[in-house]
Amino acid sequence: MSGFAVEADGLTRRFGKFTAVDGVTLRVPKGSIYGFLGPNGAGKTTTIKMFCGLERPTSGTGKVAGYDIATQATKIKERIGYMSQAFSLYADLTVEQNIRFFADVYLVPRARLAERRAFALSMAGLEKLAGRLTGELPGGFKQRLALGCAVLHEPEVLFLDEPTAGVDPLGRRQFWDLIYTLAGKGMTVFVTTHYMDEAENCAVVAFLRDGKLIAADDPAKMRRDHDDGRLLRLQVPAAIATPEAVAAALSSWDAVERVSPFGAALHVHAKRRLTPEEASEFLRTKNLVPDYVQPIRPSLEDVFLRMVDTEHGAKP
Amino acid sequence: MASVARVDGVRYAYGAVTALHEVSLDVEPGEILGIVGPDGAGKSTLLRLWVPVMRSQGGRIEVGGCDAVADPESLRDLVGYMPQRFSLYEDLSIDENIHFYAELHGVAREDFVRRRAELLRFTRLDRFTDRRAGQLSGGMKQKLGLICVLIHRPAVLFLDEPTNGVDPVSRREFWEILRALVAGIPGDDPSESRVAIVVSTPYMDEAERCHRVAILDHGRVRALGTPDDLRAKVPGVVLEVTTSEAARARGVIAETAGDPHVALFGTRLRARSTRADARNAVANALRDGGIDAEVAVVPPSMEDVFVSLSRAEAAP
Repeated sequence: MSGFAVEADGLTRRFGKFTAVDGVTLRVPKGSIYGFLGPNGAGKTTTIKMFCGLERPTSGTGKVAGYDIATQATKIKERIGYMSQAFSLYADLTVEQNIRFFADVYLVPRARLAERRAFALSMAGLEKLAGRLTGELPGGFKQRLALGCAVLHEPEVLFLDEPTAGVDPLGRRQFWDLIYTLAGKGMTVFVTTHYMDEAENCAVVAFLRDGKLIAADDPAKMRRDHDDGRLLRLQVPAAIATPEAVAAALSSWDAVERVSPFGAALHVHAKRRLTPEEASEFLRTKNLVPDYVQPIRPSLEDVFLRMVDTEHGAKP
Repeated sequence: MASVARVDGVRYAYGAVTALHEVSLDVEPGEILGIVGPDGAGKSTLLRLWVPVMRSQGGRIEVGGCDAVADPESLRDLVGYMPQRFSLYEDLSIDENIHFYAELHGVAREDFVRRRAELLRFTRLDRFTDRRAGQLSGGMKQKLGLICVLIHRPAVLFLDEPTNGVDPVSRREFWEILRALVAGIPGDDPSESRVAIVVSTPYMDEAERCHRVAILDHGRVRALGTPDDLRAKVPGVVLEVTTSEAARARGVIAETAGDPHVALFGTRLRARSTRADARNAVANALRDGGIDAEVAVVPPSMEDVFVSLSRAEAAP
């Protein structure tokens, strides 16, 4: 057996004339957290569905937990957990009933059931609330319970498709603590997310765009590789001008490559090395006196914006 | 400026569970009011009562001078409401969807023609009018949703977590549109008062792009103000620690800084502390623990505001 929990070679999926996944080759080391990033419609979910045996590849090969995704899907299904974007628990069953239902579906051995049930309940923080109707739980609890149910059968590989979409910041932190715990026990976690701060927690992040894998690396290394010393963060007080007006002024400057809003601040990627003084001076000439201008290292979100730097909304 | 919509002392309970206790908020023309809060805080309930698709159990609710409690029908053409699961007709084209929503509101022919063209251009969907809604990417669907709730030119837009699951590039594009809308809808008579937006979001960078933000927690407004006001209220200091031994550093930081919610983003940790000597204390504690780390005091973000105000999710 190789040291990889998930492998793909030239994995491709076409729907009619549309190529959703286009020659994806990747390796996910066992026990690692692998982040799968990319814009909406890039092919992330289709790729995951192929790994889980829910969608057949048009061409290319893949293995999950050592089994072929085209011919050994049943073996794979016994060894993986899958939590989709859509909330997958039964709202009108109690917490206890959901756990028992999924334990049956995943063929959890009788002898293991008590222990696994306790594990799922403690993961979700629902030890005392097993009798509650699942639909009545706050979102964060449901999310953690869904995760607990997805790992009842102790899968080797866990696929999480945007598990934290719409979850508040504290809930996301708690959820990621659980992911760390599971990975610490040797489970391989393959996760998609649109939160770049979460992606920093992955051992490897891969970027998918238009069905093609365009980069896969350690996030810290990826950030270093994009650090060309040409990124500035700045903010002009809202009382002076809106961020849109400041962005428009900066975009008209020939030294500037791209301006991206980060909350109320702006990140300015320059075409050449710009000192904060130069940028301040430029803004002053437009009567836009900034609060601060500071050189920064790119975050993973900056990297993402660069990688996807296309007329995204106009993509066919 | 006078508000265009307000809620005053609004209450709501689902059976024995109180979702909103005496909530009072207002929004002015041309303003974006952000509603943030943990899961189950009452954000969606508040929007549903304000629109109104649900009847309030107490308090006053108005939009454009009309009383939502006494005469809910009178708000019909004054509000545009995009719930979390906004129903576009997936098998209808972009154009057919827009037409359908215009008919619902009885939009006059000449207004429809003008607004349709302007809104399509504005959202850059004009090249795709024949495409079925079901075939659009997440970001494009949300933009189409916006057109559908704007076609009757409401006074106030209510958007319930419109960018959940939308990628970082498309989220920015969506917010660029929101910011431009409140400055004046293209094709509108400039003498008409500007649209107001009430938007809930789990993304704290989006909250920073609102003019004012209300933090809702357990059905109460815990804080209300401009993002700058709210950031200034974060007690103590925010520390950012960079280290290659983040997992080990976390416990040390939590104990020294006195923050149970130290956030971990790969090699970066974020903590709050009310200790006057927080930076030195944490730096020393890490050094004593043999952990090589950089410790810096950084300005608080909206996420820090959120975490400092919300208690850990209470058991239901």
